[in-house]
Amino acid sequence: MSLDPVALTAILAMAAVTYATRIAGIFLAGRLALRGRAASAFEAIPPSVLVAVIAPTVLATGKAETTAAFVTALAATRLPLLGTVVVGVLSVVILRAWLG
Amino acid sequence: MRAEPRISFCSEARDGVRDILPLIAAALPIGLLCGALGVSKGLAPAEVVAMSMLVFAGGAQFAAIEIWRTPAPILLLAFSTLLINARHILMSASLAPKTGLFSPLQRFLGFAVLADENWALSERRASTRALTPAYFLTMGAVFWANWVIASTLGAIGGSFLGDPRRLGADFAFPAVFIGLIAGFWKGRTTAITVVASALVSAFVYLIVGPPWHVACGALAGIIAAYLAAPADSGIVG
Repeated sequence: MSLDPVALTAILAMAAVTYATRIAGIFLAGRLALRGRAASAFEAIPPSVLVAVIAPTVLATGKAETTAAFVTALAATRLPLLGTVVVGVLSVVILRAWLG
Repeated sequence: MRAEPRISFCSEARDGVRDILPLIAAALPIGLLCGALGVSKGLAPAEVVAMSMLVFAGGAQFAAIEIWRTPAPILLLAFSTLLINARHILMSASLAPKTGLFSPLQRFLGFAVLADENWALSERRASTRALTPAYFLTMGAVFWANWVIASTLGAIGGSFLGDPRRLGADFAFPAVFIGLIAGFWKGRTTAITVVASALVSAFVYLIVGPPWHVACGALAGIIAAYLAAPADSGIVG
């Protein structure tokens, strides 16, 4: 069990940067009074970020992943979150076996 | 309307645990994978555990493990982390006005474990009722502990875990995100946002590579939503 000082410094730097991003919004929040298009853009932040994180997996990995993502999206319109996840995982296993 | 504080605390905490449970099930294999990959890239198990405890951000940790070398490139790791986690600034700005029931300590401590999943659930909660510290902090603590335990087990188990692709466990991550996106659906504007973000993110990922796809894709989706919305919709955020 050893903690390399350089590695520990890197981890602490990552932690400090991350904590700063997490609390930055607390200081910004009072100054953001959004309406119209700006409000619409702000409301789009959650889906936009979530999509950007998974887009490489969904669109640039393989046919099985892309198809499974569409199956999962279809499931998401009908099922609660856990059901959606189960459908997603099962469909990717089947599609990978089928499409290689 | 005044609720009995103790009963309210328990039911709020219970709701928090109930809501986060499916995400715990989804994060568990991801945490195992994160720990196992970290050790395979040359991090000591203690370093993997320290990273999960202190950084607590899956996407940033996977990216860091991907670019990890010995000695650790501190500036590169910090910059990659900043880029991937910049979304937290917008997330906390959106959630902070809904934390009126929190003390400053609860807010600054609670936001230390703000992640995509518990943030999304808190936003959903806040859209129908007041967001309580009991709900948010219990959910955050449980989710944090799950991530730390899972990545610790992954780091110890390491090579024994095998290929997570075999069980489709790696797809739990995008599946959770797709489910969360559905929860934010608001019709045409959301559809345009999703298409713009997905195409730009995948394009940047293929041409430039990670971690730029997250910031570029997110920005494209936000701009698309701005352009797609009627100029005078007058919704106050």
